[in-house]
Amino acid sequence: MNKDNLSEIVQKEQAIAASYKHTIHVCGGTGCVSSNSPAIIAALEKEIKLRGLENEIMVKQVGCMGLCAAGPIVSIQPDGFLYKHVTIEDAAEIIDHLGGKPIERILIDTTQHFFTRQRKVTLKHSGVVNPEKIEDYIAHGGYTGLVKAITALTPEKIIDEIKASGLRGRGGSGFPTATKWELVKKQNNPMKYIICNADEGDPGAFMDRSILESDPHAVIEGMTIAAYAVGASQGYIYVRAEYPLAVKRLRVAIRQAERNGLLGEDIVGAGFSFNIDLRLGAGAFVCGEETALMNSIEGERGTPRVRPPYPAESGIDGKPTLINNVETFANVPSIVNQGGEWFASIGSEKSKGTKVFALTGKIANTGLIEVPMGITLREIIFDIGGGIPGGHKFKAVQTGGPSGGCIPEQFLDTPVDYENLTKLGSIMGSGGIIVIDDTSNMIEMAKYFMEFSMEESCGKCIPCRVGTLRIYNILNKFLEGNATMQDLKTLEDLCTMMQTTSLCGLGKAAPNPVISSLRFFRQEYLDRIKTEDKETAEPETVTA
Amino acid sequence: MTINCEHAPVEVDLTDRRWKLVRATMQKHNFSKRALIETLHVVQDSFGYVDEDAMAYVAQELHVPLSKVFGVATFYNRFSSKPSGEHTMVLCTGTACFVKGNDKIIEHMKEKYGLDPNQTTSDNKLSFMTARCVGACGLAPVMILDGQIMGKMEVEEMETKIEEWLSDEQG
Repeated sequence: MNKDNLSEIVQKEQAIAASYKHTIHVCGGTGCVSSNSPAIIAALEKEIKLRGLENEIMVKQVGCMGLCAAGPIVSIQPDGFLYKHVTIEDAAEIIDHLGGKPIERILIDTTQHFFTRQRKVTLKHSGVVNPEKIEDYIAHGGYTGLVKAITALTPEKIIDEIKASGLRGRGGSGFPTATKWELVKKQNNPMKYIICNADEGDPGAFMDRSILESDPHAVIEGMTIAAYAVGASQGYIYVRAEYPLAVKRLRVAIRQAERNGLLGEDIVGAGFSFNIDLRLGAGAFVCGEETALMNSIEGERGTPRVRPPYPAESGIDGKPTLINNVETFANVPSIVNQGGEWFASIGSEKSKGTKVFALTGKIANTGLIEVPMGITLREIIFDIGGGIPGGHKFKAVQTGGPSGGCIPEQFLDTPVDYENLTKLGSIMGSGGIIVIDDTSNMIEMAKYFMEFSMEESCGKCIPCRVGTLRIYNILNKFLEGNATMQDLKTLEDLCTMMQTTSLCGLGKAAPNPVISSLRFFRQEYLDRIKTEDKETAEPETVTA
Repeated sequence: MTINCEHAPVEVDLTDRRWKLVRATMQKHNFSKRALIETLHVVQDSFGYVDEDAMAYVAQELHVPLSKVFGVATFYNRFSSKPSGEHTMVLCTGTACFVKGNDKIIEHMKEKYGLDPNQTTSDNKLSFMTARCVGACGLAPVMILDGQIMGKMEVEEMETKIEEWLSDEQG
């Protein structure tokens, strides 16, 4: 496989695509598959066969189109119509209307902000490319970044481009990607590893799942470019076993890439070899933490290791290991292709590019979105998300899952980037955005997250193992109305103790939901303190 | 749960397709200790649970202490030590599902069927499990009835659906 072979595939695929008058894209993401999209594909194909139109109409399974709540979603190309809640009964009517007027009954208005305010960079293939067909990915410009990287660029040059792009880790920490790559490259060791962290454990987050299901080749291409840049020969994708569709599509994609000489021995005939193996997570939230994840890959209990040494120096088997998140790798091919400067032109001053978010909770348009960094929370929730349904009022938005915090109304105009969210006591996290309305109780929410952290605590360090339990018990006292002022103080002390003394990032961040709800919704806690204790209660304070 | 670490050599019936799969997985990884989790996945998927005999067999073949196999198998939620009931209801307890009222379904399962999460009815008909977010948040609240994801329902609808599903299956 070389540049010319890629062009041949592109031409061939484009010729095939051009030979069809109409193409019907049917969403094949988890959400739509659950609402029966495979049956819709079958129904459409049956109808087409019945009418003898096999050479005119192509039905294609594609990745997530974003508006999961309206699924199953079908898109008609080249007309650009988008249909929602499609059923098998609609199949004949859809074929009838091809090339003519759309079916108003199931038509989605694509001029609404949900579509117009997004910017697709990481998800550009999502909903367009058939994720189970490498030729389709190549036809849309796939693997040109890899071929360019290996045949025309030096490892140093690639890292320079990543540096120029300003790309930061999309797993939540926001660590500069180029710095990590440089660290691993610098290590003088013939054996180095690359890990793709696809252990998306935050409840309410499904960005990585969608990327893996919709565009697995982009992740493989990004990893392979990274391997070439840092000099690694073995890669692992550590993916949750709870994501069977993502696992299946990754398996298919790896096999296809190997068969086409884009992965494995002597990639594109340039003498560089790199293998990728899958490792299935076994249901432990803590394995999203990089050192715990490496223990798990080694077949051990997934408990974190003390850092330093960092994985860049001593990771799997004590060898230098580069570990990045799915979304980070998925951005790499575009950066290599279009240059770091292009990527850096999107986003805010310190946070470049776009971010994929999973928008859920009490919001009209639940689904997967991609927006430039620096957009405000208000735009995300009220323009793209369509606001709060059912006549309810917005109360708070939770970002960063169990490691993040809640953000109340008065800060909705804050531009979203790593620094700003941290300032507000939350974190960017991997990208789950959960909207909470006035029917929810903030102490309940804090308890929910603490229960999660308590059950998922690996037990290795005491601050986290005991701290989560103690905090959980105190939150229960508040909910039962039995709390005292002393409990409030103990609660705050415990949070500080966990933040400062836990072994890993998960333990350190576990009190965040409690701390942020105390900061912004303190009155809800004070209201639950026993009356005899209230006399000494402090007044409500909200600090920015 | 405890485990007796003094095991006599374990033999399994290798004509059984399930054990063949388990062995093939270990073989594929050259019986490396590293393959422990991969192997346990195959045991879990083939048998539906990982019991003490399976742990002892895997420990012996991979030359890993049984205590360690036990440690790993009980660390990860994915591996269960007991078979599940004929029918399994998995409730997603992810944040999006929680916000939309899935905690009420947990109460409902307790009241109506006497089940806490990770329990099976005494007649072995129904297992009730919870999952930490299945990633189908767009469909919240979500439950999985025998592998089929059901979403976008009101709490009352879900309760009715569970009842229908159970009576259909048993009728």
